[in-house]
Amino acid sequence: MRGIEISLNQTQKIRLQRALKQLESLYLRANFNASVTVADTIPVSNEDTILKGHGTSERDGEVVATLCGVVERVNKLVYVRTLRARYKPEIGDIIVGRVVEVAQKRWKLEINFSQDAVLMLSSMNLPDGIQRRRTALDELNMRSIFEENDVVCGEVRNFQNDGGIQLQARSQKYGKLEKGQLLTIPPYLVKRQKHHFHHLEQYGVDLILGCNGFIWVGEHVDARDCIVEDQLNNTEQQFTKSNTTKEMPLETRRSICQIANAIRVLSILGFNVTLEVILETIDLSSTLNLGIDEMLGPEFHVLVAEREAERRTSMTKRKG
Amino acid sequence: MEFVNPEGLRLDGRRPMEMRQLRAQIGAVAKADGSAVFEMGNTKVIAAVYGPREVQNRSQQINDQALVRCEYSMANFSTGDRRRKPKGDRRSTEISLVIRQTMEECILTNLMPRSQIDIYVQVLQADGGTRSACINAATLALADAGIPMRDLVTSCSAGFLNSTPLLDLNYVEDSAGGPDVTVGILPKLDKVTLLQMLRNTTSITLLIQPYNVLERFAREYQTAGVSTWLVVHKKGIRAHIQAPTLAWLLLDFQLSSHHLKLVAYTGVATS
Repeated sequence: MRGIEISLNQTQKIRLQRALKQLESLYLRANFNASVTVADTIPVSNEDTILKGHGTSERDGEVVATLCGVVERVNKLVYVRTLRARYKPEIGDIIVGRVVEVAQKRWKLEINFSQDAVLMLSSMNLPDGIQRRRTALDELNMRSIFEENDVVCGEVRNFQNDGGIQLQARSQKYGKLEKGQLLTIPPYLVKRQKHHFHHLEQYGVDLILGCNGFIWVGEHVDARDCIVEDQLNNTEQQFTKSNTTKEMPLETRRSICQIANAIRVLSILGFNVTLEVILETIDLSSTLNLGIDEMLGPEFHVLVAEREAERRTSMTKRKG
Repeated sequence: MEFVNPEGLRLDGRRPMEMRQLRAQIGAVAKADGSAVFEMGNTKVIAAVYGPREVQNRSQQINDQALVRCEYSMANFSTGDRRRKPKGDRRSTEISLVIRQTMEECILTNLMPRSQIDIYVQVLQADGGTRSACINAATLALADAGIPMRDLVTSCSAGFLNSTPLLDLNYVEDSAGGPDVTVGILPKLDKVTLLQMLRNTTSITLLIQPYNVLERFAREYQTAGVSTWLVVHKKGIRAHIQAPTLAWLLLDFQLSSHHLKLVAYTGVATS
C-alpha cells in the first residue's frame, strides 16, 4: 500500500492500522471486482459479445488490461478503472483551473489533464453582463478579466476533435476565484455529485469541489457579477474595484484554513472528499478544541480514520 | 582475478546464475504522477513520471501520439568516490535514450495525443546493472502513473568472465572488462524491446559473429515492429565471446526476467 507519510507513535500506528483494516474489510464485502495489472488477461465468457472499454486491448483473442486497476463491467462493456491517474474530463463536470496562458480569444487553463483546457472569450459572460458579440476591444481587454495564474472555475462544455476540452463559464457562479486557498488532491477522491458549489453559511465560506481534484476554499461572494448596472467598457474600473474591497475578517481566514486542513487530512488518508465528510471532520476538530495547525498532526489523522471507519460500518449496517 | 571461486560462488556469494535480491516500492515522490524506487542488491534507482501533460515546447508536439522524454542522472554520492559528474555527458545521454526508446515501445502513446510524458530516473546507489534497474524502475513508475501500456518491461544484464557466464553483474564484475549484455523484454508479449551489448576492449575481429547471433536471436523473437537494437562500442567486442555462449546467456535472461516480472507484479498489485 502507498504509505501514509505521517510520523506516528506505536499506539497511534496500531490504531490507524486497525481502522484501515476495518475499512478494508468493508470494501471487500461490498466489492467482488478483480484487480488487474498491466498485461493481465481479463476473464470474459466467450458466448456473449463484449465491448472493450478504457484500459483494455485485445491480444490473441483475449482481453488484456493496459492499466493497473479494477475491472468494471457494465452490461456488455468491460473496462479498467485505474487506481491513480490524471483527471479524465466528462461533459458537464465542474472544474477549477489555473490560467497558464492568454492567447487569441481564449485562455488556456491547467486542469490536471493531459492537455490544457481552453476557455474561449465567447463562451463566458462579460463582466458588464450584456449579451453581445465580442469585439476586438474585448479581446484586448482579456487580461482585465483573467490574467495568468488566476484561479478560474468553469464547466466542461465539449471535446475538441483533437481530444482537448473546451470550458464554458456562462453563469454567475463561474468565473474568477479570489481570496481563498486552492488545494490539489488526487482527482479520484472527488466523486461526481449533484452539487459541487457549496456555501457554508456558518463559516461564511464558499467551497468548490472541482472534479479535477482542484478544490477551492474561499470567502463567500454573493452573485459574482453584481456590477450589472455598470455600463460598457468599465472593465478596468471593475478590476480595481475588486482589488480594493475590504479586507477579509480574521474569523473567515481561520475557517478557510480549518476547512482546507480538514480536506488535506482526508486526502492524506485517501478518503473521498464530500461535503458531508468535510463538515464532520471540521466538527470533530472543533469538539476536540484543536488548533488549526494541530489538525495536521498525527493524532487527528488517526481520529479521522477511526471516525470514518465507524461511519462506514454504521452505514453498511443500516443498508444490510 | 578470480570471479567464481572453486566452490562455485561469486565475490558476493551468489551462484553464477543467481540474481541479486530485488526490492520495489511505488509512490516515493509525492508530487509526481507516478514514482518508484527499485533496488537490485546494492543498486538503487528512483524514478518519477510526470504526465501526460501539455507539451512544453510546442514545436515538439506530435499530433497523433504522446511525446516521451527521459532524463537519466547519477547522484554524486552514488559511487564509491564522490565525484561531480557533468550533466548530459555521453554516458547519461546514451542511457536516457535507451530508457526512452524502451519505454516508448511499451507505452500506448497513440491514446494520449498532443501530450508529453516525462520520465526522470536517478541512480542513488550504483553497483552494476544501473541500466536495467533504471528500466525496471521506470516501468513501475509508469504503471503507477496510470499510463496505458502494452506490457511491463523487465530488464536484466549478464556478462562473461573467465569463460563463465554470470547473471546480473555487480560493480566489480562489471568493471572487470568482460563483455556484457542488457536485455529488456515484454514477458507477456514474449518480445524483446532492448538488446544491448557493450564492451570497451580492443579487437574487432569477431564483431560480425556475435552481431549475427544477436540478429538471429532477434528474428527468433519476431521483433519486427519492436525496436531491437544493438550498440557496439567503436572498438568492438572482445574476441573470445563465442556465439553459443552468448545465445545461452540470452536465454537465461529470459528465465530470470520472468522472475523479475513476478516481483514487479507484486510491487504494483499492493499499491
